[in-house]
Amino acid sequence: MAHQVVHTDANDPQNITNPEHAEHRLITPLQYSLVYVALLIFTGATVGAAYVDLGWANPVIALGIATIKGVLVILFFMHVVFQSRLIKMTIAAGFFIFFVLITMTLSDYVSRSWGLW
Amino acid sequence: MDNAITSTGMTTDPTLYPPYTPAVHEEHEHAVLPQHRHHFETEEQQREAGSFGMWLFLLTEIMFFGGMFFAYLLYRNWYYEAFVVASNQLSVPLGAVNTAILITSGFCMALGVWAAEVRQKGLLVVMLLLTTFFGFIFLGVKADEYHEKYEKHHIPGASFSTAMFVNPAAYGLKEDPLSPDMAQKTQIFFFLYFAMTGMHALHMIIGIGILAWLTLRAHRGDFTSGYVAPIENFGLYWHFVDIVWIFLFPLLYLINRHPLK
Amino acid sequence: MSTAIGNTIVSLPDQSTARLPKRNYINNEHGLLSWLLTGDHKRIAILYLISITFFFFIGGAFAGLIRLELLTPQPDLVSSDTYNKFFSMHGIIMIFLFLVPSVPATLGNFLIPIMLGAKDLAFPKINLLSWYLYVIGGLFTLTALVLGGVDTGWTFTTPLSTHYLNTHVITTAMGIFVAGFASIFTGLNFIVTIHRMRCPGMTWFRMPLFVWSHYAASLLMVLGTPVLAIALVLVALERTFGIGVFDPTKGGDPLLFQHLFWFYSHPAVYIMILPGMGVISEVISTFSRKRVFGYTAVAFSSVAIALFGFFVWEHHMFIMGVSNYSALVFSLLTMLVAVPSAIKIFNWAFTLQKGSITFETPMLYAFGFMGLFTIGGLTGVFLGSLGMDIHLTETYFIVAHFHFVMVGGMLMAFLAGIHFWWPKMTGRMYPESLSKLAAVTTFIGFNLTFMPQFILGYLGMPRRYHSYPPEFQVLNVLSTAGATVLGVGYMLPLLYLGWSLKYGAIAGNNPWQATGLEWQIQSPPLTENFVETPIMDHEAYDYEWLANKTKHEVTTVG
Ligand code: HEM
Ligand SMILES: [Cu+2]
Repeated sequence: MAHQVVHTDANDPQNITNPEHAEHRLITPLQYSLVYVALLIFTGATVGAAYVDLGWANPVIALGIATIKGVLVILFFMHVVFQSRLIKMTIAAGFFIFFVLITMTLSDYVSRSWGLW
Repeated sequence: MDNAITSTGMTTDPTLYPPYTPAVHEEHEHAVLPQHRHHFETEEQQREAGSFGMWLFLLTEIMFFGGMFFAYLLYRNWYYEAFVVASNQLSVPLGAVNTAILITSGFCMALGVWAAEVRQKGLLVVMLLLTTFFGFIFLGVKADEYHEKYEKHHIPGASFSTAMFVNPAAYGLKEDPLSPDMAQKTQIFFFLYFAMTGMHALHMIIGIGILAWLTLRAHRGDFTSGYVAPIENFGLYWHFVDIVWIFLFPLLYLINRHPLK
Repeated sequence: MSTAIGNTIVSLPDQSTARLPKRNYINNEHGLLSWLLTGDHKRIAILYLISITFFFFIGGAFAGLIRLELLTPQPDLVSSDTYNKFFSMHGIIMIFLFLVPSVPATLGNFLIPIMLGAKDLAFPKINLLSWYLYVIGGLFTLTALVLGGVDTGWTFTTPLSTHYLNTHVITTAMGIFVAGFASIFTGLNFIVTIHRMRCPGMTWFRMPLFVWSHYAASLLMVLGTPVLAIALVLVALERTFGIGVFDPTKGGDPLLFQHLFWFYSHPAVYIMILPGMGVISEVISTFSRKRVFGYTAVAFSSVAIALFGFFVWEHHMFIMGVSNYSALVFSLLTMLVAVPSAIKIFNWAFTLQKGSITFETPMLYAFGFMGLFTIGGLTGVFLGSLGMDIHLTETYFIVAHFHFVMVGGMLMAFLAGIHFWWPKMTGRMYPESLSKLAAVTTFIGFNLTFMPQFILGYLGMPRRYHSYPPEFQVLNVLSTAGATVLGVGYMLPLLYLGWSLKYGAIAGNNPWQATGLEWQIQSPPLTENFVETPIMDHEAYDYEWLANKTKHEVTTVG
């Protein structure tokens, strides 16, 4: 999480230019609509895939599609594509700690009874 | 850079000004809007601080739901059979429709933010109303699903019944019966189902409350004269709630339909 | 040390002419409401200071009762149930209502905007909301206390808390849940402020280390506290509806609660120490007249502590039934977290080296901190080693360990900071000799109280029991005697700081000749902190800059 410490001494010792500043740009309704349609298509796809027996691939596909949908929402509906690096790093930090919670806790459960997982 | 600091004409050479001279600060040289809080140098700074703060708040939400996601992961692995049959009691069509409804609500919210940005008051109000409307439909479908669980005695607690899982044939289900011991574990599935969707619904109810207030203010024209932050930040919250559902839907409804034998 | 400097650096204005500034944040507005509805970070800091002091003395009263009971081996003062309530209320109040907000919500609130050259925190209203949430959380806890208390220990361990106790678990859990959001909002406000509100020239590596350590602590507050919140919600649901997630008879795993609880509560111990470390950096630098040695290393070690802090929580669960393999991994990771703490201690020691050290009260507390935190941290490493831990866990050794870090560390740092910034917050000095006496008393009392507990624990006296084998009595009597001395040490500041509000010497802008931006403005500061946005044109802890500036002022004024 040691983020944002990449400071700007070299070319901007006074920190006048806010290094975390982002352009303010708008996403057009057309772009929103495209994302919306994509989200609906993915929803349809994940429901469809759930009715086919693909063995171990079923959960993988379902969660993979969910991740894509989540990323689409974050990037476009939540404007993260046009956000500053700070915001992007913040989100990454959040998911990283979430990941730590899951994996480190799992390390106990998985190794409590080897092979039963 | 529309940062007020640059307007003081400072150069980047620190030796050029005497130690600790306060900047010749042109107090508010650009047009000041009433919502501008004076402890921020510029409105840009205020706006960015606002959305950064909102994102940090959403991180806490991720971690809050994270605890339950982990519990789900753990117990699904421990009590796989129970989770499979219990999960099959959820209606995929209802879940799918609800997903679409929520995405639509989020889409309207996104358009609402756009309307505020381009200062179209009427459109903004309509979009906020549509967002609320789809939010209500989602909650309605959810309530219907909860009601069905109630009728089947699938609400964890004293009246919870495992009959359907111990003796599926009697209920016209094709699934293999579970041992009474494993059938008990379906209660954990249903608890997590209610905890996660309930917490999600609670977030939506709070969101709808805020939406009502925002709609009133939008109607007054508060957000269509350049002051978009409340709409934008509420949008972040609303989309985050969407994302939680986007993951809850496959986890609870979809991934258990074809059990590995 | 040259006699020219003398043995103090305190420089006060001429008392016969000095006055408090006519306009300042304290007299800017009048009436109770102007305080209760304020958005001023300085006033909110004062509100927090008053409320945490209140809870500190309640928590302290319980500590006194515990030590009184332990004076004799027999359970004679109270029943075991009551004793359980004593230590639970003591721990809950001290941790959630005192230590977690102690330095950040008071000193941090007061100083961070000023140190960054800003007019206020980014979200003043959320700052006020944070205080109200804290008060509501406190009221819930007091309600639980008045209704009969809670006896789960501060850890709420399941299934004890969910199935075997009939005390006010839910009320208390609610209190902590709400107070947790107070802490989240404080952290959130700090992070945004530090990123967004720095004045021109204030680069990341010109910020005082106090700000760095608060930044790290804020990350922990924002990312850790919600996990505690969900764990407590699940406990409440388990108690009310019997939902089964933590109930082994229904297939739940009680250890899941502990994982979630300690995922927060280990980082929380760093929430409780990092801000204190920030105070120590400022104090050590000021009273040795030197830039903190290895500034960058100290700054990064704060962030490293915050990051590593998320990877070690299972060391609180080694004997609880976690897998041996993961215990091994967590044991190794625990060793890692001691490294950045050690970096700080070494860097402070090098700062002292060849510095012009003076022994004002804050510095005495800072010395106390360095010694006691080192002992506390090193015994933490003992406890992190699997084999040792199995012997020492759930004994008084643990109690001694965490009191060394939390009381010897954080409380000392808190008092160091309160004394250090008291002139800035109130405009007046505290009485010097009395406060030195208090600092020494605290140090002696502390060691007398908690050193014997290391030995007791090593000899096998378990924690959380109200009777013990008679052969442990001598050490317990020592400990209780020490607690009495310690109590006096804590009462003293309350009295003389109160006294100083009216009778203390006028402090002037910069009694310590310190370099931070907060010392360049009037004491007490204006509501808006700075008349004009300052420009940071020098590094942190630049004493030459300060000397030049003072010379400049003298020539122009004189
Ligand atoms: C310097 C590195 C540190 C290490 C390696 C460390 C290690 C440990 C370990 C292994 C335990 C668990 C012992 C057991 O339950 O068997 C423990 C307990 C504890 N530590 Fe530390 N610790 C450190 C610093 C701190 C700090 C800075 C604080 C607080 C400011 C703290 C507060 C606590 C508390 C409150 C407990 C006891 C929790 C309980 O069971 O009630 N520790 N420590
Ligand atoms: Cu720990």
